[in-house]
Amino acid sequence: MTADPVARAGVGPEAPPAGAGVDTATSAVVGPADEPAAVLAGAAGPPTGPAEADASALLDRARQVAASVTDPELPALTLADLGVLRDVTVQDGHVHVTITPTWLGCPALPEISGDLHRRLREAGFAGVTVHVALTPAWTSDAITAEGRRKLADAGIAPPRPARRGPVPLGWPGRRDRVACPRCGSADTTVLAPFGATLCRALYRCRACGEPFEYVKDI
Amino acid sequence: MTDREWTTGDAWTTDSDPRATDDAWVSDGPASARWAYGTGFRDPFVDIDLAAAPATDPEQLAARCLMLGDDALVYSHRLQQWITRLPELEEEMAVANIALDLLGQARLLLTRAGHLLGTDEDRLAFFRAEHEFRNVRLVERADADFAELVGRLLVFSTWRLELLRRLTESTDPGLAAIAERGATELAYHREYAAGWVVRLGDGTELSHQRMQAGLAAFWPYVDELFRPDPVLADLSPDRADPVALRSDVDAVLDSVLATATLQRPSVAPAAGVGGRTGRDGVHTEDLGYILAEMQSVARAHPEGVW
Repeated sequence: MTADPVARAGVGPEAPPAGAGVDTATSAVVGPADEPAAVLAGAAGPPTGPAEADASALLDRARQVAASVTDPELPALTLADLGVLRDVTVQDGHVHVTITPTWLGCPALPEISGDLHRRLREAGFAGVTVHVALTPAWTSDAITAEGRRKLADAGIAPPRPARRGPVPLGWPGRRDRVACPRCGSADTTVLAPFGATLCRALYRCRACGEPFEYVKDI
Repeated sequence: MTDREWTTGDAWTTDSDPRATDDAWVSDGPASARWAYGTGFRDPFVDIDLAAAPATDPEQLAARCLMLGDDALVYSHRLQQWITRLPELEEEMAVANIALDLLGQARLLLTRAGHLLGTDEDRLAFFRAEHEFRNVRLVERADADFAELVGRLLVFSTWRLELLRRLTESTDPGLAAIAERGATELAYHREYAAGWVVRLGDGTELSHQRMQAGLAAFWPYVDELFRPDPVLADLSPDRADPVALRSDVDAVLDSVLATATLQRPSVAPAAGVGGRTGRDGVHTEDLGYILAEMQSVARAHPEGVW
């Protein structure tokens, strides 16, 4: 299994001790950090001042933190990259995050929820509720361009456009070719249509001989 | 307080109470924690406006969610029993993935039924008796070999895919959401099964023989999939009636069987009891053994947590 690139690119699947390593993770991913991360981190609770600017900053902060949480099974990607983060709102200092499952049985969902709770609490939000939305259904098309680039960098082939409408019967190996994320060759073959997680299949490149994972189109 | 601990919290929506102490984000505390599944969410339908659901009879809707949920739950369990016994690691992963997909579908369907019946997925899965299960009998059999496994999976996934595809237009938004998500998953299951049926059917003389025998073993239970069910039809007018699925399902099966050089078995449908079958709570002997295994921990430690 080609785990190395994933492990290096990600924040790491193990939850760090409270307060340790979290700032790195946040600032590494969040782009427009126009306020210092320390403003709220470590605060006893979110400010409850009535000023709109405060509320807006608070919301921005919550969104940045939630968007920067990484997926436990594809740690190279943030929830925003993966397209599973649907909504973040703050009401009276309480953060409501809405996420959507990728595959219905995905066991990573509770892990993601736990990470959201932990990271938002570390950022100073005392109250957090994670909601799960089923509609509209997630599709692999929701993975952002940035997410696709990160997947390729981690040695994982990003998904092709998902099929819509009637579902034609296909056979493994007869599906459209997936380009090798290492050498770019289209001469690849399916090793296992079901991979290490629900969302991945295992391929092998005939040109460079390397196995690689593919995020399934769905 | 460990990061893990919240997973023993209540299901589907996880809350943290701003008034409480550090570990408050463990939702409701151990009193309401569940030993089953270990997920951290309470309500997957939080964004779906169920109040806007049309006037479908709630009891009938619940009954149909139970049927579809029980199909997935029992079959998932049967597939799980294959784990560590499959011929290759790749097949282990495939069957485990498929079983997990079906378990995910089952959980949501039982949760939806639970909404309507004033109960929850755990009570429905672990504290119902045999005659209260509404699954088709096809999913109850233990596979004798790998050929039977992939043959039955082909029929089940083809049938369920067509059913769910139609239920995406269900008048119940909860059921429609599950159907839309589930149908795309089933396309992968069908593809996997079809690939193996062709490989074995059009393989060696022995593999062909065993694939053909595998089909014959479960085929008496195929007819039951297409029994009239007016209420399923009501949920998605004129489209999801099982009777109407038959031509589309047969078209796919015929295409696979022809490619695999296999014959559709000509066997008599398994009889019911006074015309009643799985959907009516009349099951084969196999279901009792499945439930005994599946429910034993829950029943030995009711309301236990871990």
